[in-house]
Amino acid sequence: MPIEFKTPDAIEKQMQQVHIVAENVMRPDSRYLDDHEHERPVKFVNMIWPQMKQMEAANLKAALSRAEAKNGKSVAKNGNGAGAGKPSIANLTLLHMIEELSWGDAGIYLCIPSSALAGAAINAVATPEQLERFLRRFTEGEPKWGAMAMTEPNAGSDTSNIQTTATFDEEANEWVLNGEKIFCTSGKLALEESNGLVVVWATVDKSAGRAGMKPFVVEANTPGVTIAKVEEKLGIRASDTVSIVLNNARIPAENILGDAEVRTGKGNKGFKGAMKTFDASRPMVAASAIGIGRAAFEFTRDTLAKQGVRMVYNKPRWKLTSVQADLLEMEMQLKAAWLLTLEAGALLDAKQDNKLQSSMAKVKAGKAVTHITQKAVELLGPLGYSTELLVEKWMRDAKINDIFEGTGQINTLVVARQILGYTRLELK
Amino acid sequence: MYSFDMTSEQKMLVDTVHRYAEKQLRPLLREAEENKDAPKDAIQRGWELGLLPGSIEDQYGGFGEYSAITSALYLEELAWGDVGLSLHLLTPNLFALPISLFGSKKQKETYLPAFCDEDFPKATAAIIEPVYQFDPAELATTAEKDGNEYVINGKKTFVPLAKDAELFLVYANEKGTTQAFIVPADAPGVKVEDRVTMMGAHALAVYNMSFENVRVPKANRLGGLKGIRVNRLLTVSRISLAAMAVGQAKAAYEYALNYAKERVAFGEPIAHRQSIAFMLAEMAIEIESTRLMVWEAAYKFDHREDATRAAYLAKQYADKMVLDVTDGAVQVLGGHGYIREHPVELWLRNGRGFVTWDGLAMA
Repeated sequence: MPIEFKTPDAIEKQMQQVHIVAENVMRPDSRYLDDHEHERPVKFVNMIWPQMKQMEAANLKAALSRAEAKNGKSVAKNGNGAGAGKPSIANLTLLHMIEELSWGDAGIYLCIPSSALAGAAINAVATPEQLERFLRRFTEGEPKWGAMAMTEPNAGSDTSNIQTTATFDEEANEWVLNGEKIFCTSGKLALEESNGLVVVWATVDKSAGRAGMKPFVVEANTPGVTIAKVEEKLGIRASDTVSIVLNNARIPAENILGDAEVRTGKGNKGFKGAMKTFDASRPMVAASAIGIGRAAFEFTRDTLAKQGVRMVYNKPRWKLTSVQADLLEMEMQLKAAWLLTLEAGALLDAKQDNKLQSSMAKVKAGKAVTHITQKAVELLGPLGYSTELLVEKWMRDAKINDIFEGTGQINTLVVARQILGYTRLELK
Repeated sequence: MYSFDMTSEQKMLVDTVHRYAEKQLRPLLREAEENKDAPKDAIQRGWELGLLPGSIEDQYGGFGEYSAITSALYLEELAWGDVGLSLHLLTPNLFALPISLFGSKKQKETYLPAFCDEDFPKATAAIIEPVYQFDPAELATTAEKDGNEYVINGKKTFVPLAKDAELFLVYANEKGTTQAFIVPADAPGVKVEDRVTMMGAHALAVYNMSFENVRVPKANRLGGLKGIRVNRLLTVSRISLAAMAVGQAKAAYEYALNYAKERVAFGEPIAHRQSIAFMLAEMAIEIESTRLMVWEAAYKFDHREDATRAAYLAKQYADKMVLDVTDGAVQVLGGHGYIREHPVELWLRNGRGFVTWDGLAMA
C-alpha cells in the first residue's frame, strides 16, 4: 500500500453513529457520573451492548479459526470483517471508536461491556476449548465485562515483581491463587456485577522471576475472590478501579492461559505474552487520551471563537496572539499524537511488529493530552476551572492516560531501549 | 486507508538520493560551510539526479508529474546529507516549480524546457524582505500596473544564488495581494547587492537585492491574469521545508545516538543513563510525529484536498522540533558538541534557520 492518509469510508460511516452515542448518551451524563462516583452508566451500557456482542462474536470467530489452524486444521482465514486479500481494519476501527467514545466521556467509555484486556490476553494464547468457555459469554445474554489484574501494592511498572502465587493442587486438579491485586479497571463489573471474568497474573515459581509469571482466568463467583476496595480517583470516576484479594481461590486446571512450564528466554511465553498485549492496548489508551484532548481543544477553540479569537493557518508566528499560539500548539500536539497512534494501529492490523510505535504513541498522547487539557482550563479562566463546564473534568480524566498501561516514563524507557538496541540490563 | 509504505519507484528514488547525500553531500559538509561555497561538481551531480524534471510534465521537457509526497521523501534524504548544499541544489526550483504549478501555459512553454537540461539553471526567487517581522502575505515590495507593464520597487534579502542568476521570480505586493513576477537579471533597475551571511547553511550563497522602477511586461505576471494565491504556493514551500527539517533532525539524532553509545563516562556508555537515553527517545518520537504530519499534508496536496492547514501545522511543528532535536544533539555531545570538529553545532545553526525560511525552498 502506498502512503495514504485517509479514513476508510466504512470507519467514517460507523463513526457518525458512534458520535451520536457520544454526544447524546455520554455527554449528558458526564457531570452526574463524575459527581456520583461508582454509579453505573446504565443507559450507555444497554445501548452499546448489542453492538459489542456483535464485535465480540466476530473476534471470537476469528480467534477460533486461528486457534484451529494452529492445531493443524486448515480453516478459512479471517473473521475480522475483512475479506480475503483486503487489509484488516479491525484495530484502526477500534482506535477511531475509542477516540470518539472518549470524546464523549472517557470514564463512561471505560465501562464499555466487553472482554477488553482479558479478551486480548485470552485471544493471544487460548485453546479453542478455552475460547469457547471464556469468551462465548461476551456474545450473548446480559452485558458482561472482562478485566486484567496485574498490578500489586509492590509491583507497578516492575510487573515481574508480582507476589501473587498460583500453586497446583494435583489431587483436586485445580490452581490455588493467593495474593492481592490493585488498580484493576472494571474489576467490580467483571466479578460482582456480571458473569464476567478477570485475567489474573500470578507466579508459579517466585525464584524464576518473570519466567514464572502466568495468566489465569478467574471467573465471577469464584469462592475466595473478594473485592476489597473500590478506589476513589482524580478522574474517570464512572469507571471502577478495585483491589482484589485472592484467598485460596481455586480455579480449574484448564484456566491457565498457555502452558505451566517455567521457561526462560525464547520459550517464556507468559511474560512475553503480557508484554505483547501492551503492543495492542497502548495505542488504544493513546486513542482514548486523544478523544479527551480533542473534546477539550474543540470546546476551547469554539468557545473562544465566540469571543472573537479566530484560528488562522497562514500567518507567521509573530503575528499570532498568545492565545492563538496556545490553540495552535494544542492542535499540533493533538495531530502529532493521533498520527502516531494511527501508525501503531495500522501496523497492528498489518500484523507487523509495532512495539516501538505503540510506545511512542502512548508517550506522545499521554503527555500531549495532559498538556492540552491543562491549557484548556487556563485559557477558559474561572469558567474553565468551575464545574459549570466539563473542561476541568477532562483535565482530571486525561491524566490517567499518562499513567495506566505503562506510565509515560516506562514507555519512554521502552522506546529508548528499542532505538538503542539495549536490554533492560543495559538501560535500567 | 492509513498506510506508510513507499511505492517501489519512490523507494528507488529515495535510495538514489540517499546515496548521493551520503557520498556527495556529507563528506563536503564542513568544507562547504567553512568556505561558504558549494563545490560545483557535487551540485552538478545532484542536478543530474533529475529531481526537478521529475516534477515537470513531459510536454514541457520533464518526465514526471509533481508529487508532494515523493518530494517530501527525497527532501528528507537531501537535508540529512546537508541543508546548505541542498538549498543550493534546489534553488532553480524556486523559479521553475511555481511556474510549473501555477504558471500559464505560455509561461510553462517559455521557461520550463530550460530546467530539463543537463546544466544547472541560473534562476532563483526573491521573496524574503529585510525586515524584523516578515510576512509573505504583506510585502513591502510593490508592483504597480502601468499600461502593458508592471513596475516593481523594493528591497529583498536571502535571495539564493542571486549573483549568477539570469532569471528571478520576484514576489511583490499588488494592491494588497502577493503576486509573483518573472524578472530577467538584465532588466534596468535590478541590482544584486551584498552577499548576506546567515547563521547556518553557509553553502547557500544568499544576497540582498534592490528593485528600482523595474519594468516587466504584464505577461510576466505568474499565472497571467488569474495571478496566484500565495498561500497555496507557500503550502508547497511549507511541506518542503518541514520535510527538510525532518531530514536535518534525523541526521542530528542519529549522530547523537551513535555518540552516546560509544562515549564512556563513569565506566559505561552514557546512553546507559536514562538522562541521555530519554532525550534520544524524545527525539525519535518527535521526528516520527513530524514526518507523519508532513506526509499527511503532502498526501492532501497530491489528492487536491485543501492542504493549507495541514501544511501550516506541519511547518510550525517542524520549526520547533528541528530546533529542539539539533539542540539536544549538541547537548548529548556536551563540550564536544560545541566544537566544530563535530557537525552537530552546524546542525543546530541550520535548525534555527527553518523558522525564517518561509518560501526559501520548494520541491
